[in-house]
Amino acid sequence: MEIKLQSLTKVFVAKDKKETVAVNNMDITIPSGKLIGLLGPSGCGKSTTLYMIAGLLEPTAGKIYFGDEDVTNTPPELRGIGLVFQNYALYPHMTVAQNIMFPLENIKVPKAEALERAQEMADLVGIGELMNRKPKELSGGQQQRVAIARALVKKPRVLLLDEPLSNLDARLRLQTREEIKRIQRETGITTIFVTHDQEEAMSISDEIVLMEAGIKQQVGVPQDVYDQPDNLFVAKFLGTPPINTFAGKLEAGKIMLAGHNIGKVESKTNQEVLIGIRPEGFNVVEKSKLSLPIYMVETIGRDTALIIKDPNDEAKTFRAIVDSSHRIKPGDTVNFAIKPDKLYVFNKDTGELVK
Amino acid sequence: MIESKNNLKAWLYLAPALILLGLFTFYPLFNAFFLAFVKDFNSITRSTHGMDGYAFVLFDNFSRVFKSPDFGQAVKNTAVIMLVSVPASIITALVISVALNSIKRFQGFLQTVFFLPYVTNSIAIGMTFAFIFHSDYGLVNMFLGWFGVNPITWVGPGASWEAGMTALLIYTVWGGLAFKILVFLSGLQSIDKQYYDAAKIDATPRGRVFSKITVPLLSPMIAYITITSFIGAAKAYSTIIGMFGASLGPEGNANAFITFVGLIYDALEKGTIGAYSVAASAAIVLFLFTFMFTLINMWVSKKRVHY
Ligand SMILES: Nc1ncnc2c1ncn2[C@@H]1O[C@H](COP(=O)(O)OP(=O)(O)OP(=O)(O)O)[C@@H](O)[C@H]1O
Ligand SMILES: [Mg+2]
Repeated sequence: MEIKLQSLTKVFVAKDKKETVAVNNMDITIPSGKLIGLLGPSGCGKSTTLYMIAGLLEPTAGKIYFGDEDVTNTPPELRGIGLVFQNYALYPHMTVAQNIMFPLENIKVPKAEALERAQEMADLVGIGELMNRKPKELSGGQQQRVAIARALVKKPRVLLLDEPLSNLDARLRLQTREEIKRIQRETGITTIFVTHDQEEAMSISDEIVLMEAGIKQQVGVPQDVYDQPDNLFVAKFLGTPPINTFAGKLEAGKIMLAGHNIGKVESKTNQEVLIGIRPEGFNVVEKSKLSLPIYMVETIGRDTALIIKDPNDEAKTFRAIVDSSHRIKPGDTVNFAIKPDKLYVFNKDTGELVK
Repeated sequence: MIESKNNLKAWLYLAPALILLGLFTFYPLFNAFFLAFVKDFNSITRSTHGMDGYAFVLFDNFSRVFKSPDFGQAVKNTAVIMLVSVPASIITALVISVALNSIKRFQGFLQTVFFLPYVTNSIAIGMTFAFIFHSDYGLVNMFLGWFGVNPITWVGPGASWEAGMTALLIYTVWGGLAFKILVFLSGLQSIDKQYYDAAKIDATPRGRVFSKITVPLLSPMIAYITITSFIGAAKAYSTIIGMFGASLGPEGNANAFITFVGLIYDALEKGTIGAYSVAASAAIVLFLFTFMFTLINMWVSKKRVHY
């Protein structure tokens, strides 16, 4: 089921008439059968977008299509969606089996069939043995799977997940996100996965939608978005450690950082810009014009993180990640060349990528 | 470990409450158990009649309770009040609370309206109700008159037991609503809204939302209200005074609405030799009865209540 959001907008009006634009003119098309990561910092409107798709919140403006069907005014129960809430919202007084069967009983599926389908779904998510437990007798990861099973059991057209992993510890989180990916592949159901964890979104999603302050920033395959960010926000939001930024200049197509030419652009206009270099974009070379003093060295297995004084400002440092085969000590001065595909130039005022 | 020198301070702070509790709760409690087994207690000499000290009996005072002419009527009235008014008021309160919780406008105002009876004197309310049920100019008869029903004598002279009990039950149910609504509303407001969102997405019919989600999640409150209401109903007395006056019945039919507590006060008022012991015995019987009822309640709720 392809999902299309058309100029979707949500404005919350508080009691004192103050308006919050939670979602601002969103246009997205979500391809059928894919897992989409809806990514952005806290408060950017991810949950609001998800709840509008679910039908729990009414859009202020814009339209929502499931396939060719306009569902903007369809009540949630008729949209055919499964929703997994951030804290799962499992009914605490019901057993796992009763929780999973609940949506089926609502539509009067015969008891035997409901039980069979619930068991099937529980097996799929790997909690088939826990059917008689109450939610509070389950671990966070198990609860999350029950919530997924409950959302999937009525065979929805769309599965929506609101930060389903945020309550789990780091290890369980890794394990469960693989699980979600597997379940999504096996069922082939169009899935939207909300998260503010960029690494989570990058690893699990077929495509990511990045938003900030209610506005869509970029949509695409995670690696493409990482490699070709449309603007400074996107570049900064994706990647750990984050991208390094420096004030710099464009001079006749040359990218100038602290007086050194570190690359080139097509645009011939001279202007002041922000230069972005990914931490992995530094090559250690024999000779170059960009030689910088090393402040600190952290070796973490395969990689070495170099903490380097900012060439524009002695008081600041930035981080480069290089192969640990280079034996570098604090205090050394190292020559760097910048990998062109890890180097970005952004408009100083708008943050847009300069081509 | 708490340092022992602080103990003295602690006791000092507790003293006012302990002294009052001792004087007005613990002493009367033990005294009642004591009196129930004293033979021919004379309330003036405070000893067994014709003796300097006490003589004791085992069951005599209790059997006088059971043999009292109003005993059967008191048991019947108390039982009817308990078994009808408690379920009726709990269900009514639940429905009103859920309705109140789901409306947005006037919610605060309506909450106040429903809470008013709680802070109003029950005798005053009883008198108002006696007026509402007045056979000549009461609102109830006026209302029934619109449907061509002949005036019914609810509480006045010559009122039948059925009519009087109906009026009394309506009054009791209404009077108990305020506190129940207060408790249920606060319970409802503490239920996570996401359960209802989840139910909505899963196309849960309204009735099922109520019976499968709201009631179970409210069950600790319902259990608490059930137990306290049964105990309260078992002790019904001031409602009857409010409605029928000290005669506990319509004119010419005194004690028609006597309850178990009425029995206790009756014995106390007589003040004859041994009457206090009868009152104490009746109180113990009532205590044992409510105790048993509460145990049953707790046993049932253990199976049904989700905490
Ligand atoms: N019911 C509401 N009334 C008023 N403002 C709201 C309401 N719900 C959300 N908002 C505001 O809308 C904006 C977006 O909220 P939303 O919950 O969609 O953020 P989010 O991206 O899901 O954040 P998080 O990652 O913290 O969950 C926030 O500024 C929030 O304060
Ligand atoms: Mg959110």
